[in-house]
Formats: sequence, C-alpha cells, structure tokens
Amino acid sequence: MQSNFDQASCAIELKHMTKAFGDFKANNDINLKIKKGQIHALLGENGAGKSTMMNVLSGLYQPTSGDVFVNGEKVAMTSSKDANNLGIGMVHQHFMLVDDFTVIENIVLGAEPTKAAGILNLKQARQKIMDLSEKYHLEIDPDAKVRDISVGMQQRVEILKLLYRDANILIFDEPTAVLTPSEITELMAIMKEMVQEGKSIILITHKLDEIKEVADECTVIRRGQIIGSVLVKNSSEQQLADMMVGREVSFKTDKTKSKPGEAVLKIENLSVKDSQKVERVKNLSFNVRAGEVLGIAGVDGNGQSELVQAISGLEKSSSGSITLDNQNITNLKVRKVTEAGLGHIPEDRQRFGLILPMTVSENIALQSYYCKPDSAHGVLKYNYMNEHARHLIEQFDIRTSSEKSETGALSGGNQQKVIIAREVERNPKLLIAANPTRGLDVGAIEYIHKRLVDQRDKGNGVLLVSFSLDEILNVSDRILVMHNGENMGIVEASRTSEQELGLMMAGTPLDKIKKSKRKVADK
Amino acid sequence: MSKNWKSRLSIPLISILAGFVLGAIIMLCLGYDPIMTYEALFTGAWGDPNSIGETLRQATPLILTGLGFSVATSAGFFNIGGAGQYLVGWLSSIWFVLSFPSLPGVVLITGAIAAGAIAGGIWSGIAGVLRAYLKTNEVITTIMLNYIALYLSNWIVKSFLANGDADYSKSIPQSASLRSPFLMELTNNSTFHYGLFIAIVIAIIMAFVMKKTTVGYEIRSIGLNSDASKYAGMSTKKVIILAMTLSGLLAGIGGAVDGIGNYQNILVLASTPSVGFDGLAVALLAYGNPIGIVFASLLFASLKIGGLNIPVVSNTPSEIVDIVIALIIFFVGASYLFEYISKKMKTNKSKGGKA
Repeated sequence: MQSNFDQASCAIELKHMTKAFGDFKANNDINLKIKKGQIHALLGENGAGKSTMMNVLSGLYQPTSGDVFVNGEKVAMTSSKDANNLGIGMVHQHFMLVDDFTVIENIVLGAEPTKAAGILNLKQARQKIMDLSEKYHLEIDPDAKVRDISVGMQQRVEILKLLYRDANILIFDEPTAVLTPSEITELMAIMKEMVQEGKSIILITHKLDEIKEVADECTVIRRGQIIGSVLVKNSSEQQLADMMVGREVSFKTDKTKSKPGEAVLKIENLSVKDSQKVERVKNLSFNVRAGEVLGIAGVDGNGQSELVQAISGLEKSSSGSITLDNQNITNLKVRKVTEAGLGHIPEDRQRFGLILPMTVSENIALQSYYCKPDSAHGVLKYNYMNEHARHLIEQFDIRTSSEKSETGALSGGNQQKVIIAREVERNPKLLIAANPTRGLDVGAIEYIHKRLVDQRDKGNGVLLVSFSLDEILNVSDRILVMHNGENMGIVEASRTSEQELGLMMAGTPLDKIKKSKRKVADK
Repeated sequence: MSKNWKSRLSIPLISILAGFVLGAIIMLCLGYDPIMTYEALFTGAWGDPNSIGETLRQATPLILTGLGFSVATSAGFFNIGGAGQYLVGWLSSIWFVLSFPSLPGVVLITGAIAAGAIAGGIWSGIAGVLRAYLKTNEVITTIMLNYIALYLSNWIVKSFLANGDADYSKSIPQSASLRSPFLMELTNNSTFHYGLFIAIVIAIIMAFVMKKTTVGYEIRSIGLNSDASKYAGMSTKKVIILAMTLSGLLAGIGGAVDGIGNYQNILVLASTPSVGFDGLAVALLAYGNPIGIVFASLLFASLKIGGLNIPVVSNTPSEIVDIVIALIIFFVGASYLFEYISKKMKTNKSKGGKA
C-alpha cells in the first residue's frame, strides 16, 4: 500500500517510459515523479529529450513503452484534449494566440460557454476570468486585442487559458526566454503563488538562477536519459551545471596548437536589436585571429544568432563596429560582406544554406554565380559549373549520384558538405559555422570538425557558434561564452572546464568565478 | 532528369484527356453526339487555311500573357493582373501609332511594341514595388490594377482616340499593321499576322533567360527559397520588382501585338480582356515551361476557334466547348492540388520523424 500512497502524492509519475522514433530513442526508460504542490525543474541541453517528454505528458505523443500516471491513476492519453481533461496544460514557448481576438476571446477559445442555440455567453466567462486574474495576480486587459498587448501579458493570457480550463498541472516551456527582467520576477512570484494554491508546475529551463529561485526539485536529462533528480535547496548552481553538461567520452579532433596571427575579425561594442526592437546583443567586443578557432558557447537564444546575422550583414546593428580583414563591414549588404572575405555555414542548412529543389551544381554556385567563371555577361556557364561541381564532389566526398541531382535528395550530412564545399573553397578570411553538426551522425561530425580545423591551419579565422559544449571544447582554441547578449568572458579551451563554462553559460561572468576561486585559495 | 520530364508532361496530358472524356460524357447525358462535336471542333480549328490562320492568331497573345504569368510564378508571385497589363499594352501601342501616324512602318511597329512593353511593365512593376517595400499582397493589387486599367483605357479611348462619340478609336494606318497581304493570301483572308513569330521568338528567349542567365537563376532561387537567396546575398527586393516588371512587360507586348496585328484599333470594353486570365490557365497547363506555353496556347486557341464551328455543323451548343475548356483547367488545377497535398504529407511525415 505504500506505493499507492506514493503515487497519490504525485501529480505525475512516469515509469520506465520510452519514446522511440524508429531506432532513435528520444526518451529512454524515464522514471520521474512530479510531487503535488511543487515546482519541478527540468534541465537539459538542446535535444536532450525534454520536449519529447512534455509532448508525451500533453498527449501529443504516445509512449513506445512504459506507463504514465496522473494523480495516481494510470492513464493513456491520445490527444491534447485527454491531457486537458486530466488537468494538464502547457504554456508553450511560442504562444498559441489569435492576434486579432481580444484577450477574453483567446482565453475561452475552444471552450466557449454558450447559451441555447450556440450563442456565446462571454459574460459568464468574463466573471470567471476576472476572478482568476485577481486570485493569481495575473493582470490583464480583457478587451484589448492580443496584437496590442505586451509579451508579458500575452504569457499571462496563456496561463489564464489553462487556469480557465481548471488545469492543476502546468508545464512551462522556457517561459522566461521572451521576458524582460522585471517580467521574469513577476512570473516567478506568480508561479510560487500557484503552487501555494495547490497547483503543480513543471518548469523547463536552461537558466540555473531561475531554478535556484523557484524550484523545489530539479531533474537533469541528457541524451534522452535521466541523469538524476536533486533537491534544489541542497545543491549549488555548480552541481547543477555539472550534471547538465556531463562528462562524456567523445571524438577528439586531432589538432596541433594554434598559431594565431593578426585579428581577422574585430567586433567593438556591438549591439543588435531584433525585429521587436529587443536588444539581443549587448555591447559585445571580441576578436577572432587568423589561425584560430574561436568558439561561442551559450544556451540557445542568448544572442548568438543575432550576432552571426549582424556580422554577415543579414541584420543591422544598432551601434558598434565590425571589421573584417581590416575593412569596416558594419551594416554592409550581405554580398559585400561575402566579397570582403566571409564564409558562412548557416544554422539551418535546409532553410538558409541550400535551395533544395535545385541541383547540386546550382547550389555550389550560389555564392559565385554572378561572377566569372560561373557566368559571363549575365549568362551562366553550365559546363564550367558542372565540371567545378564534379571536382568539389570528389574533393569533399559528397555522396550524390550526379552533380545534376536535386540537392533535396541528398542525406543531411551530404547536404552540409555541399555548403562546406561552397564556403571553404573560396578560402574565406573568416568562416562562420553556426551549429554545423546539428542532427548529423558521428562520421559526418568528425569530418566537419576536421574541415574547420583545416581552415584554421590555412591561416584563416574560424568562428564556431554551437550549443554543444562537446563540440565547442573539441574544436575551439579560445571560447567566448554569451549569456543574455553579453560577453561572460573568454577562456583558453585547454585551460577551462565544463564546470566553468556551465557557470558562465548560466550567467556568472568569468571575473566573478575567478574572484570566488581566489577567495577559496586565500582561505 | 528525363524521368522528371515525362512526369511533367504526363500531368497536363492526362488533364486534357480527362477534360475531353468528361466533356463527352456530359454531351451523351444531354443527348448530343460527342464524336460529331469533337470533329466539328477539330475542323473548325484546323480544317482549312483560314481556320488555321484564325487559330494561330488567337494563340499569339495567349503565348505572351502566359509567359508573363509564368515569370512571376517562378519568383513565387501570383500575378493575376495579366488582363490589365495586356490592356495598357494594347492601349499604349495604338496611342503611339495614332500619335505619330506618318513615321515609317518599321519605326511605328517597333515603337508600338516598345510602348506596350513599357506600359505593361510599369503597370505590374507598381505591384512589384508595393510587394517589395510594403509587403502588399500582389494578388489584391494586380486585381485592382486590372480595374484601373479598364476604366482608364475606356476613358482615354473615348476622350482622345475616338472619332466623335464612337466607342472605339480610329484605325491605325496600314504601315503600322502586323498583318500582311502575303499572310492573308496564305491563309485565305484570315486575320493571321506576324505577331505569332514575335511571340515564339520571345518564348525561346524566355526559355533561355530563365534557364541560362543569372537573372533567371536569381528569379528561380527566390521563388524556391527566398531565405537561402537572401543568405547568398541576393537582393530579394530587386528581384521581386524585376520579375513582376518582366511579367507585365510580356503581357504588355501581348496587348501591343494583338492591338496592331488583330484589332488595328482599340475599343471601349465592358470587362477586362479574357486573354489575361486565359494566359494564367495556359501557363498552369504548361507548368510554366516557355515552350510548353506555346503548345498550350495553341490548344486553347483551337478550342476557342474550333468551338465557333460547333453550332454551325451540329446541334451542340457552343457552351459545351466552354465546359470542356473549364474541365481541362479544373483537372490541371486539381492535379496541382493533388501534388501539393502529397508534398505536404511527405514533409509533415519527415518533420514528425525528426522531432
């Protein structure tokens, strides 16, 4: 009977839950207990399997094997409606709101109260919503259109949507990623209030300080498996960072010590705003020298994409300067930046790097089609383009039946090789690689890492942006950590540790870490 | 490549066949003789030199409006304003000739075609600029520009180009016409004119431009993946405006050629010319392939001209031909829908697998 009691005190329990996609196990033998009336944090790197687990809990995926218990009862959810009926609701990272509807209309959407003959009864709904809003201090403007309210209020609307449906178990997926610091403080208070009212919360996050502040328990996931669960009050941020990053055996890329020369890329006091006018890169300064790989580590969404876009000319910077090979390239057009000596392996190869319905040879010409020898007087030289493509296919070992094959027919690794062949072959002064191995198998990863180091050995600079610490540590000579758009410090790859990087990724600047170390040493 | 070619050819052919078969079934249900009707259709379009001449003349503007539509489609835009662009092209060509009637013939013809091209280009270029800088939906702007073209043209014809109260303009001098005694003699006094050869040459040029030039490469790239094109340093704004302008320019030439070849004047119209919309259907049937557009235009022209013969030699009403044309377009559209659905299903599947 003991176990029954245990289950009843759990809002959610997963027992030996496995979710596989083909041969790939996104969740492997997960055992997890979420206690009632607590905030349970879920910590893990990108692709660790957190989203899959939450999709199982919200009824979108069915587990391949294992059981799910909600409030002590074994359940089999086949749709998000089932999850709804069980009182489980999710606040998505990307809000699911109708811009042109009012706040109230959005909250009742899908569960509209009606009078006879299907006529909306918003009056009754309004009363319930305003009561909930007051009870949990979720301040809203009920008649404003969603497109006109702040991001913070949109999130409160999402939360009210769940409370309106009487959800007792709330899943927050990276809720603070889009919020300002004061909105974050507010949200933390609201979450604490909700658990006091008996709700249970699962908080998915990368941010250790938030976990320390609100969570009772924290479970760490890595590569689809649970590494462990700890009581937050008994563990330090250091310990949590250790658990998240882990120490795993990995391929070490063979490389000699770097012989850095002059700076090829100089970033000075750079700030970049995104389309919503939110500052995503804040007063950032650093150099990439010839003959070195500078890795940029950091959790997704801390300004790395905006930095890369500003360097490559895709996004305008709001202040500061960018110098490439002694030319000022600040806010130049993409093509001018490319011509100044930039190679770019973009983060989403299928969306930004390739035109999939075009042939391999047309994709290889994507950066050079407008100049000789790919074309002359505006006419493409297909004979040359195809011959050149055949040459690169051999040199870069691209597996394709012909240079005239559709690029979309190639495997992911070979698609990436097409981009690398195109970018590396021009021998750019600076090569930016943004998550170049995401989603690729071990063989392709090793190959790509080797190409990046080759580029360094040729005396060019390489800027590697990656969410994978393994990759950063393996390939980089120096590592810059970005957090919230700011530079947390630059360390030598050979003289740092995962712990140190983990702390910096969570927002502790390098000098602060050094100071506390010194204090320990002094004692 | 060759496999791709076959499948590309098979869909329009199946659509055409399906249109004819279903048309025959409808005729049988209504008590008309499909074999006799189709025979009348064929002889009406290709049975004698005069019919052939009329069919070729009918195909001429269709080729050009079809090419125009397909250029915009390659860049990812739905230029539904072919009718308006054709009309401003027609108007400008006639206006040019009537303004300088004493110039030598060669100058008049070249000038008239150039005037039509420029007018058509500007007309759709407006939609292109709005799209590039303000993200205005080109479907809405081109439809509205069609109406503006219609009423503007009617007003200009009545106010400046007509004799007295007539609702058509003065006729152009013989020297500016694309017709020739030689072609008339050859086709037994049909309205066939040199415009067809201009249209075919332009189709060949467009096939070259789209496949072999850097401009065509940019247009195709942006149509297929505008994000990657931006990353590769292409100016999407420039290419959008260029593709839309080129699209209207071709439709404008269609209007000019029809104006100085077929009509020899310009009329006050009750509605936007159907040639613009037929060009859209032609381009869809041909998958945007310029040479395919030539053949698709010939098919559409045959149905139109041949259809005139049906009520003459049989008791089938000519509306049946319109039904067959509509059915063919319907099946072409349905095959696109079918392809779209199967593609969507494929990508959804692969996304679901990776997640």
